[in-house]
Amino acid sequence: MAKIIVVTSGKGGVGKTTTSSAICTGLALRGHKTAVIDFDIGLRNLDLIMNCERRVVYDFVNVINEEATLKQALIKDKRCENLFILPASQTRDKDALTKEGVERVLNELKDMGFEYIICDSPAGIEHGAFMALYFADEAIVVANPEVSSVRDSDRILGILQSKSRKAEQGERVIEHLLITRYDPHRVARGEMLGVADVEEILATKLLGVIPECQSVLKASNQGVPVIHDTESKAGKAYADAVARLLGEQVEHRFLNPEHKSFFQRLFRRTA
Amino acid sequence: MMSLFDYFSRKKNNTASIAKERLQVIVAHERRQNKQPDYLAALQKDIMEVIKKYVDIDIDSIEVQLDNHGNFSVLELNVTLPDKLPAAKTGNSR
Repeated sequence: MAKIIVVTSGKGGVGKTTTSSAICTGLALRGHKTAVIDFDIGLRNLDLIMNCERRVVYDFVNVINEEATLKQALIKDKRCENLFILPASQTRDKDALTKEGVERVLNELKDMGFEYIICDSPAGIEHGAFMALYFADEAIVVANPEVSSVRDSDRILGILQSKSRKAEQGERVIEHLLITRYDPHRVARGEMLGVADVEEILATKLLGVIPECQSVLKASNQGVPVIHDTESKAGKAYADAVARLLGEQVEHRFLNPEHKSFFQRLFRRTA
Repeated sequence: MMSLFDYFSRKKNNTASIAKERLQVIVAHERRQNKQPDYLAALQKDIMEVIKKYVDIDIDSIEVQLDNHGNFSVLELNVTLPDKLPAAKTGNSR
């Protein structure tokens, strides 16, 4: 049975597309047949992050409007055997996504034997974001340790609990919290919300913490999902998150600062 | 155990704890609001209009809340009147 996982956040720029690309790649690398759908109609970017922008012929809206078949629109990832990308339309607007159309595409993907379907949500809480989360079995809520992002994440969690199909059926979407751009040094200095703080406020189970890492920009520059950079902290943290998503028990890494300053060394001897 | 250095540096610039407190307040408030039916905001506005006819108050001094207690609901209306009641606008004004 295929699992539909939405990657959402409310706020923009927190790392939804980076996360979608890393998670879908991670699942495919672990041998699961995975599809990733860009729901950001009019502002597609997943294709750039996945480095398939020049291979887009048909898109999600074409499939919904039956102007192309799903097989024609799906782009096979160059690096992973089991990974397929369904790009968003660049020219239409979000209203092109109908509930019936989205459901039909998701069902067709299930029939094709996909085990995981990752829905990359647009920012905001409008129609596109709603369509991305409506059919979800699970949700990865991406948040930065920063007030506006945490507040928006709480809004999205509320919507998942009240407006999703699962909620309508009296069930619950399984929610995961993924904190990105985490800077343990700033947390130690009391300048940034810590993991425990964000977890406590949102009361959601932690899937992973992605540290602020130069590898993320390097990866997007090249169109290589950061999880392929197995040497980088962000890459490792995403690989851990994928393992947890698959039910494995993996300890969280990169939560504490690595290097201590001279003063901290001096005063922390007994601590 | 908190080190001496942490103790002094934390006092001065622990903005994270301010962020946490602010978030806890606003998130709790918004969760309450989102659970309430849509008509409550309109109801609050109408009640305010009525009270305004008699007393000078502003929108923040009215709080309407709906609480569910098992099989019954309580509609709570909280109006904060100004400290010193001004002369009534209508009715027995001379």
